[in-house]
Amino acid sequence: MTTNAPAMGVATGSHDTVKKNYLEISKGFWSWAGTLDHKRIGIMYLIGVSLALLAGGVFAMLVRLHLWKSTGVLFDNATYNQIFTLHGVFMVFIFIIPAIPGSLGNMVLPLMLGAKDVALPRLNLLSFYLWLSGTCLALYAIVAGGFDTGWTFYAPYSIYTNQAVVSVGLGIFLLGFSSIFTGLNFIVTTHKLRAPGLTWFRMPLFVWAIYATAILQVLATPVLGITVLLVAFERLYHIGIFDPRLGGDPVLFEHFFWFYSHPAVYIMVLPAFGIISDLISVHSRKPLFGYKLIAFSSIAIAMISFLVWGHHMFTSGQSSYAMFAFSFLTFFVGIPTAIKEFSWVATVWKGSIALNSPMLYTLSFLIIFAIGGLTGVILGALNVDIHLHDTYFVVAHFHYVMMGSIALAFFAGVHHWWPKMFGVMYSEFYAKIACALIFVGFNATFIPQFIMGSRGMPRRYATYVPEFEGFHQASTIGALVIGTGVALMVGNLVLSIFTGKKAMQNEWGGVTLEWLSPTPPPLENFYEQPIVTTEVYDYTTLDLRTTQTPCS
Amino acid sequence: MSHDHGIVVPAPGAGFLPHTVAHHFDSPTQEFQSAKLGFWLFLATEILLFGGLFAAYFFFHQVYPETFRLGGQQLSWKLGALNTTVLLISSWTMAMGVRSAQTSQKRKLLIYCGLTLLGAAIFMVVKIIEYKAKFDHGFLPVFGGTDYDQATHQLSWFKDYHNVMVGVQNPSLFFSIYFTMTAIHGVHVLVGAGLIIWIMVGAAKGRFHANYFLPVDLVGLYWHLVDLIWIFLFPLLYLVP
Repeated sequence: MTTNAPAMGVATGSHDTVKKNYLEISKGFWSWAGTLDHKRIGIMYLIGVSLALLAGGVFAMLVRLHLWKSTGVLFDNATYNQIFTLHGVFMVFIFIIPAIPGSLGNMVLPLMLGAKDVALPRLNLLSFYLWLSGTCLALYAIVAGGFDTGWTFYAPYSIYTNQAVVSVGLGIFLLGFSSIFTGLNFIVTTHKLRAPGLTWFRMPLFVWAIYATAILQVLATPVLGITVLLVAFERLYHIGIFDPRLGGDPVLFEHFFWFYSHPAVYIMVLPAFGIISDLISVHSRKPLFGYKLIAFSSIAIAMISFLVWGHHMFTSGQSSYAMFAFSFLTFFVGIPTAIKEFSWVATVWKGSIALNSPMLYTLSFLIIFAIGGLTGVILGALNVDIHLHDTYFVVAHFHYVMMGSIALAFFAGVHHWWPKMFGVMYSEFYAKIACALIFVGFNATFIPQFIMGSRGMPRRYATYVPEFEGFHQASTIGALVIGTGVALMVGNLVLSIFTGKKAMQNEWGGVTLEWLSPTPPPLENFYEQPIVTTEVYDYTTLDLRTTQTPCS
Repeated sequence: MSHDHGIVVPAPGAGFLPHTVAHHFDSPTQEFQSAKLGFWLFLATEILLFGGLFAAYFFFHQVYPETFRLGGQQLSWKLGALNTTVLLISSWTMAMGVRSAQTSQKRKLLIYCGLTLLGAAIFMVVKIIEYKAKFDHGFLPVFGGTDYDQATHQLSWFKDYHNVMVGVQNPSLFFSIYFTMTAIHGVHVLVGAGLIIWIMVGAAKGRFHANYFLPVDLVGLYWHLVDLIWIFLFPLLYLVP
């Protein structure tokens, strides 16, 4: 992909150098808090979700430290329930779901489309403040007594428990609408604001992935909204829809909840797929193998994922015919996912591989996601799932996807677009060490959990039988290693803003449009409207000078 | 933020204001289409939000058919039909309002918006009359206390003073669903009314005319959705045996 504008992005003369980038153009609190610029909103999201990740990480550490001994170390059982619930709610609703679309999607998607902004900038800012309000309500709920339902809020327990479920429920309602508005905005932006010549099959795969995610955000999230609202009504007014004492049905809650929350898994993972697709091409300097297959598989995953929610409910007593269908569809959704994995591996093959830190995170993703995905197929099998249901095997499986795949892809993306966002480079040396620590620590944490789970260790228990103590301690040590790695990564990135050396205009030699805008981009992203004349990921169009010129 | 270089759409005549296209759009058409697409997607989320409630309705209607038959009989189909008529007419006045904006008829736009607002007000008044009647029968979850007696399996808000729901399973469930669905719909009516007032303020200033009527168009769509949802609620709650 290239443009007809000569040497876009290279500061060739006084014409360009006098223009200020988006970070410098205005100063002061309100120039950020009231901004309509997608890049600044992206940065605010990046800071917000990173803080949520750190909070969720602290809760995870507390859980792991508590489980060092079979009798539990730190808390009584009720507090333990609150801590793992906080970990789940923060990580799922406040970190992972908004993380990639909110921060990197906002930052990069309009740039990749050659647009001046997202289509609806005010709505974009509203999304951020809805996210902030939802997070504040969740924080308020901690002060107001905490909540101990697990992130799933299963009825009837969530109706009976004497805790601040209503405020956290309303918080999730707001977070849901934040997610809906982000998705809606990206769909409109992708349809209406593409640069001339940027056809659907010239769009980078990150855009395809964010688009598929957006469909899910718009169509699935409202159902979660009404579900948490009904739980709140249930607690406030005893309407009885989910309360078996009043003739209601808790299994109906499970259907509602998973109708959202299974697609939500793909709301989380599809953007990660998008990051990996883009990065693996850039850092192998090779067009993606099976571009159209990856693009269509994102859409296929989005569609099929609406029809698999019942696989969370194999032990809920739903009809065996429904279970058969849900099991089959669960296997079926593995096919487009596997197509992606194969295409990525085929892209690396015979590529000109640059083993820099974004690529190391990407390769770690490939390994971890293969394990996370395949154990999902194991759990999709009816008879096996009856044995493994609610054990640490499930916990390990979804952490391989949630943490090991999605969070690592998020880290990969942050490292990849960091020089674009801030015009500075972090220390590659420490970035690589952090990546290695996170990769090793992650596997050390969760491989023991696979083993424990297959031997029957139930999830969510504050105490356990002594024979699992060794596995739990290995897992806790692994978690400490992850914590060290994440701390090193964050420190390295933050420090680079102050002491990092200047990044190049096009640090990695990418050819998607975001690398053709100046680094860091000006307010309206491009000095002239880019016009796309070549195919996507065509590295013959790369202007090598841009990878050698320091940014302005 | 620099909005100073957006394209300006001229006013069609005296008494109207020009419209400045947001800076990131290349043309008024692009702005119009983007907002329109975004709003249709938003309407889809509204339908899915109500979709959860409709799913709950159909599920419990299947499980407790007698409760729903008897519960439906406690509602006044005449008042329901009146409200349906009022909303249908208000949808027509709203559509005429949009048409007036498209043809730069400021006075007509204000009149039709005012009539739509009147429809919304009549709807809400009738709704309050209905709610009051249910309250007098002891069917309203919000004001009747929320205690549940473990021993007698009695729910304090469900009093059923006139014993009209005796003999059916879980009689409170029908009214829970009725009130949840109509209350959330009622909130939408109020939001719609607020939006129409906002349109009238803008219309009085002359912001909407043949060259720029986007907000009127979108509020019109919203109002039709509010109407449409009621058209499903009315037969399901009041008429279906």
